[in-house]
Amino acid sequence: MAKAIKIKKNVEEGLFDFLKSLLEKEKIKGVFTLKKMDDHGAVSYSLITSPDEFKDAVPLYPFMPVNAGKALSSFTLLGKTEEPVAAVLRPCELRAFVELIKRAQGDVENILIISLSCGGVLSLNLMGEQDQEKAVSKYWESVKKAEVAPDTRETCQFCENFLPINADITVATVGQKDLDKEFTLYFNTPKGEEFSKEASGSSVSEDIETKEIKDFKKKREELKEKYFKETEPEESGLKSLINIFSPCLGCHGCSHVCPICYCTLCEFDSKTHDYPTSSLSSDLRVKGGLKVPSGNLLFHLGRMTHMAVSCISCGMCSDVCPVNIPVATVFSKVGASLQKEFDYFPGKDIEEPAPQGTYKEDEFTKIGEQ
Amino acid sequence: MNNKQTPNIIGFLCNWCSYTGADLAGTSRMKIPPSLKTIRVMCSGRIDPLFVLKSYLKGADGVMMMGCHPGDCHYQKGNYNARRRYVMLNDIFKTLGLDEKRIGLWWVSASEASRFAKVTNDYTEEVKKIGTNPTKKEIFL
Repeated sequence: MAKAIKIKKNVEEGLFDFLKSLLEKEKIKGVFTLKKMDDHGAVSYSLITSPDEFKDAVPLYPFMPVNAGKALSSFTLLGKTEEPVAAVLRPCELRAFVELIKRAQGDVENILIISLSCGGVLSLNLMGEQDQEKAVSKYWESVKKAEVAPDTRETCQFCENFLPINADITVATVGQKDLDKEFTLYFNTPKGEEFSKEASGSSVSEDIETKEIKDFKKKREELKEKYFKETEPEESGLKSLINIFSPCLGCHGCSHVCPICYCTLCEFDSKTHDYPTSSLSSDLRVKGGLKVPSGNLLFHLGRMTHMAVSCISCGMCSDVCPVNIPVATVFSKVGASLQKEFDYFPGKDIEEPAPQGTYKEDEFTKIGEQ
Repeated sequence: MNNKQTPNIIGFLCNWCSYTGADLAGTSRMKIPPSLKTIRVMCSGRIDPLFVLKSYLKGADGVMMMGCHPGDCHYQKGNYNARRRYVMLNDIFKTLGLDEKRIGLWWVSASEASRFAKVTNDYTEEVKKIGTNPTKKEIFL
């Protein structure tokens, strides 16, 4: 069981103080976490190196303006950070970072990973709105009771993987009723344990996976079935798919925020699928009309073949969609099926290669011989 | 689709095995359905899932991926990748309710001319039964 230390402070303040003291004592040279940007509620991920600048840090604030795994990859792409950095990530963001490291898009070497048992994040459309602080309070109330928080992303509501894998330190939040007064830090790895001396509290021997967490997992799994059923093809699957994606503008926002979509030039942003009007003539002759620009379903289905098997269901895509298409739910559903087919769990094992880049000689032996 | 209509089936055939097998079927004067439009690729591993997707979305009633039997690939490993890609496409089609019978993967070696004839004739019959591809009529795609 991991070493656990209970700290007698409010969880947000306590984690803030812990990180600030690590920074002041120069145990780490930087903290990567959420920071308040203005007085209107905007938060952004920041890499903070001075304890003075740290005053506006809000490590556990329930918003994900960008997938932190993608953000971490942006400055570890060409190599590890020069100095030790502590990064506060949600479990899905951590899985995204692991998936990116597998694809040589990031380096975890000098990073102390701090994660949490995650109650989800609120929809980005609440950021900067009048109801923001009320939503945040309601969020924490739900987290303490291990209930599904209102106004959180759909993917968060049905996420059953809310305990982090591969984190050095975990903050227990879900189902912890006294978060206002005390919280527990779990030091899971030798790297994490080196920092346990900096946590001023008492040692406890509780497992992070409490009964509340197990029940909560079940609740979320039920919600998953419900949401997946809502995208089930009722009539023909094609008609259902067209209905779901018909509002799509082709802005490719979903692909741009997706942590797994890291291609510098996405195939679907390139000219590969542009065609002169002469080649459209056969389509026009048969159909009598064509949506312009075309290639909508090709983009979404094509993107599925490229990344759905590694989809970590963070929900960034749905949150940024300007026309509210449930992209994350559809991709999570396809992803879940693919992951089962290839017996692959994205973000679990940093050594395991992604399914597209590998094969086994003795798998699927019945395919092709029919 | 009535029995007189020929479905439109696109076949991606690897140069060394299945295309050669198809050629042998031709020179042996075996009966091959006119529905199949063959596209030669050097290896089944060259078949990008987007080829299959685009064919399907453009209205192909069936898409066939063909290559060498596992272990016999001219480039050693290409067909293993093709197999995984087919499994992925099949799974995506199944999950989304798009008829997964419209795509298929067959291993046909250079000497298996009669297998090539049988496989294409059987698949054409199956596609006739499924009917014409609804994407042909969709303006929004």
